[in-house]
Amino acid sequence: MENNIALQFVNISKSFGSKIANKNVSLDLRKGEILAILGENGSGKTTLMNAAIGIYYPDEGQIFVNGEEASIHSPKDAYNYHIGMIHQHFKLVDVFTAKENVILGLSKEDYKKQEEATKAKQDLKLQKIREEEGREPTKEELKKYNKRIKDSKSYNLEEAKRKIIKICKKYGFEVDPDKKVYEMSVSEKQTLEIIKALYKGVDILILDEPTAVLTPQETKKLFNVLRNMASQGKSIIIITHKLNEVLEISDRVSVLRKGEYAGTVVTKDTNEKELTELMVGRKIELNIKRPAVKNPHDRLFIEGLTYTNREGVKALDDVSFVARGGEILGIAGIACNGQRELLEGIAGLVHLDSGDIVFHNPKKNRPVTFFHHNVKQIRELAEKGALYDDDTKETLNLKGVSTKKIKEMVQKEKIMFYEDEIIDLRNKKPIEIRNLGIKLSFVPEDRLGMGLVGNMNIIDNMMLRSFRKGHSIFLNRKKPKYLAEEIVDELEVVTPNLKTPVRNLSGGNIQKLLVGREISSSPKVLMVAYPVRGLDIKSSYTIYDLLNEQKERGTAVVFVGEDLDVLLALSDRILVLSGGKVAGIVDARKTTKEEIGLLMTKSIEKQEVSYNVSQEDEEE
Amino acid sequence: MLAKKMKKNDIKRDPFIHLTRLPDPKARHYWFSKLISVVIALLICALITNAMAPGSFGDFFKYLGLGTFSSSLQTLRVFQDTAILLLIALALTPAFKMKFWNIGAEGQVLIGALGATIAMKFLAGTMPNALLIFVCLALSILFSIIWAVIPAIFKAFFNTNETLFTLMMNYLASGLVAYFVFVWVPNGSAVLGVINPNTHDGWLPKLFGQDYLINIITVVIITVLIFVYLKYSKHGYELTVVGESQNTARYVGINVKKTIIRTLILSGAVCGLVGFLLVNGTSHTLNADLVSGRGFTGILVAWLGHFNPFEMIFTAFLVAFVTLGGSYAGDIFRFGTAYSKVLIGIFFFVFIASEFFLRYKMNFSTEVQAFFKKIGDFFAKIFGPIGRFFKKIFTPVGRFFKKIFAPVGRFFKKLFKKKDSPKEEPVSKEE
Repeated sequence: MENNIALQFVNISKSFGSKIANKNVSLDLRKGEILAILGENGSGKTTLMNAAIGIYYPDEGQIFVNGEEASIHSPKDAYNYHIGMIHQHFKLVDVFTAKENVILGLSKEDYKKQEEATKAKQDLKLQKIREEEGREPTKEELKKYNKRIKDSKSYNLEEAKRKIIKICKKYGFEVDPDKKVYEMSVSEKQTLEIIKALYKGVDILILDEPTAVLTPQETKKLFNVLRNMASQGKSIIIITHKLNEVLEISDRVSVLRKGEYAGTVVTKDTNEKELTELMVGRKIELNIKRPAVKNPHDRLFIEGLTYTNREGVKALDDVSFVARGGEILGIAGIACNGQRELLEGIAGLVHLDSGDIVFHNPKKNRPVTFFHHNVKQIRELAEKGALYDDDTKETLNLKGVSTKKIKEMVQKEKIMFYEDEIIDLRNKKPIEIRNLGIKLSFVPEDRLGMGLVGNMNIIDNMMLRSFRKGHSIFLNRKKPKYLAEEIVDELEVVTPNLKTPVRNLSGGNIQKLLVGREISSSPKVLMVAYPVRGLDIKSSYTIYDLLNEQKERGTAVVFVGEDLDVLLALSDRILVLSGGKVAGIVDARKTTKEEIGLLMTKSIEKQEVSYNVSQEDEEE
Repeated sequence: MLAKKMKKNDIKRDPFIHLTRLPDPKARHYWFSKLISVVIALLICALITNAMAPGSFGDFFKYLGLGTFSSSLQTLRVFQDTAILLLIALALTPAFKMKFWNIGAEGQVLIGALGATIAMKFLAGTMPNALLIFVCLALSILFSIIWAVIPAIFKAFFNTNETLFTLMMNYLASGLVAYFVFVWVPNGSAVLGVINPNTHDGWLPKLFGQDYLINIITVVIITVLIFVYLKYSKHGYELTVVGESQNTARYVGINVKKTIIRTLILSGAVCGLVGFLLVNGTSHTLNADLVSGRGFTGILVAWLGHFNPFEMIFTAFLVAFVTLGGSYAGDIFRFGTAYSKVLIGIFFFVFIASEFFLRYKMNFSTEVQAFFKKIGDFFAKIFGPIGRFFKKIFTPVGRFFKKIFAPVGRFFKKLFKKKDSPKEEPVSKEE
């Protein structure tokens, strides 16, 4: 029995402070199989794997490799046991070529091993010549033999290239060993990481959420390669929280739940429902609601946004679209294709090169309130002739009217707008946008680095947006406290108390606080970036419900997501960004995943072509 | 079978030591660890002293006490030094909370002292004494603000490194002071004597006949003010956000540049106050060595106090106590002036180490654990009976107190609960 098992975890426990990451987890990986480890974020998948490759040392428990107990204190030890891991964030040197990256960090022993292996192989060849052909090897052959051994003895790029090509052929990879890493796409980088591991002789390969950064097409390619590897005897662990992928690729699935082992099932005999139940621990509804769009109206006009970042790269290139109130506009794209810059540009956090952001405030025939304007602004508007008196239906003239009178009129809702208010937001700072009375809420991608302050408690974080209110030089913590209580209550935020620093909470609870705060100001435009990243299933559905609630309220919701299934199920229209350009805007009710996948890679392919041309130019 | 295998291999595969992060300590654990640190640091100091001068283990404690609390004058001196150190630490705290590493307190205080001296030296006799003191204060604060705000402006607009910049400003300040003293003292001795020794113009008045009392009162007020400023004012909130993440600050529309400059103005103003107190209240003269490194010690005081003004009182007092007591003991043992600095070093070392033990748990390998257990058993044998004896005595005492105070506690709890009934007004979704 033990011969069949490549890697075995026995009663692994690991905790960080009061946080328990793994508790008595036992599971095993058979030789030549693809085992999926499924679990929600924070269920301890990555920690468990990090124990296998020596990044963490488990507090309790053992790890067996090929039936023998292993003591793994560092990734180097792990390589000695032929275990390798591909992390979510690649560990490659950008300015080096593929082959240089592969042989980077090989130690003396590695070279010695390599030399021995080569020698054995060449000996075999010579022996073959002697026995089968019945002759002594020629001088050239002997020379070649010596050269190969010499090459494998130390740092040698030729030898590396040869071996890389061999690996590529064996498993069906496509990588150019001479290509620099910074010229590679994400998928190529990932392939290179796998080759790097195989080069070091890895038999057990662990992949941490490998498909998070890939398009559907690239994912398919990766899965093909993984199947090839498994069929040739490599054992593969793939960590993921995407159910459909698990069903597609794996032989067996082991499920972790809140750091504990929840069970293992054979993929053939299971379905999404059962897996979810194992993962969450109870039955759960898996359908995302999408209420029909009711009287949509254009709210935010984006026209020709262009932004060049500090590195001189055009992060946004002529982006135009309209966000409508009462609708969810999904934004799809491979990570770092301009999503962040787009939202930050609209929110006034980055200085745009050109383009217009125009906000339409639906004010036609509606009264002026102090909610958006102060007396001074009302006077200015009246001077422009934009207001009329509700009683007389005549254009309002406020010259010589006392402030007190104006206040009275506003309170009685007598001052009305003629037309919708049109406000130019381009290159306005966040505070200016707020002072204009525009309720633009933004849930940034970086929750603790931008949306919230990790070291502050919940109450203090609630007043980040509103602490300036009032003339007192002191803070008023009363309202934020009520807001915090309300959000904690309604969104079921799990926290010891309101004075807990936000960083001590789990990702889902942090996100609920952030979204709750941003929604609490009843925004006209709500922009959310990756709102469910790192969240468990239940929290994710809470967030989707909140977005739908805002949509029904008439808010223009802009939703940047990474999971295409969710984007397709939740949004009304989907804008696909590719290389900072709008690759297309499609109706989410009619499109398919494949179509979006193609759009996502549209301009990248073009870029690659243009790069190839320039390389040829250089050669000439 | 597997279990057997585990046991056998356990010892071999354990790393000698591996660390586990502990949850944040409770307040009482924290303060208990501080107390233990003081005791341990004192013991180490005494042992080192004993090694240098055999038989002086007990004398060390004696002289430490004699050097600090044997007379009312000495006691006041301890508090005066505490006050100055604390004030400098308080000046640095807002900047540090903003993650602006201002290490230029030394220069900022010195340049403030220069301002006070100029006013005291050249304006004496031209105006009433009260006004003169006020002008001294104003000038010293102005000078210090300028000194602090220059690096702030460069940081805000050009993102220069504030640490190097403020350090450089220290040297400029001490150079300037040395230059002015040289110019003012024509005889070439470069020692500026006591200013206005006869008229006492510009000298701070003695409160209740005590020299330093006014400093101590000032520092009490400033401590409370800074605490309130950091915790309850909008400015304090803004600077904390800027310190934690400039991205967040931009996201919520805080003007980062303005905040940096405003905070350093405050920082400089408090430094100016220190300069004023040193010149007008204490030494009544000026030399380049007036601050004598306290601008740097203040950094440590602020850090060890975790930027909490009230905790900083404790650290500042400790530093002042050890410095004065240590130098007294050092004088008697004839160890030289560096002796008290060695003691301070030991104290800081133990304190920082205590933070480590408070936040990490060390897991030793099975072998080492067995060894520790042996030692533990040994001590348990000795101290166990004593512990049990004390428990026997104190448990009834504790119960007695509980009986008395529990109703009082319940009464207060009731009182306060009534005060803030949570349901006042539901938060309006609007605004």
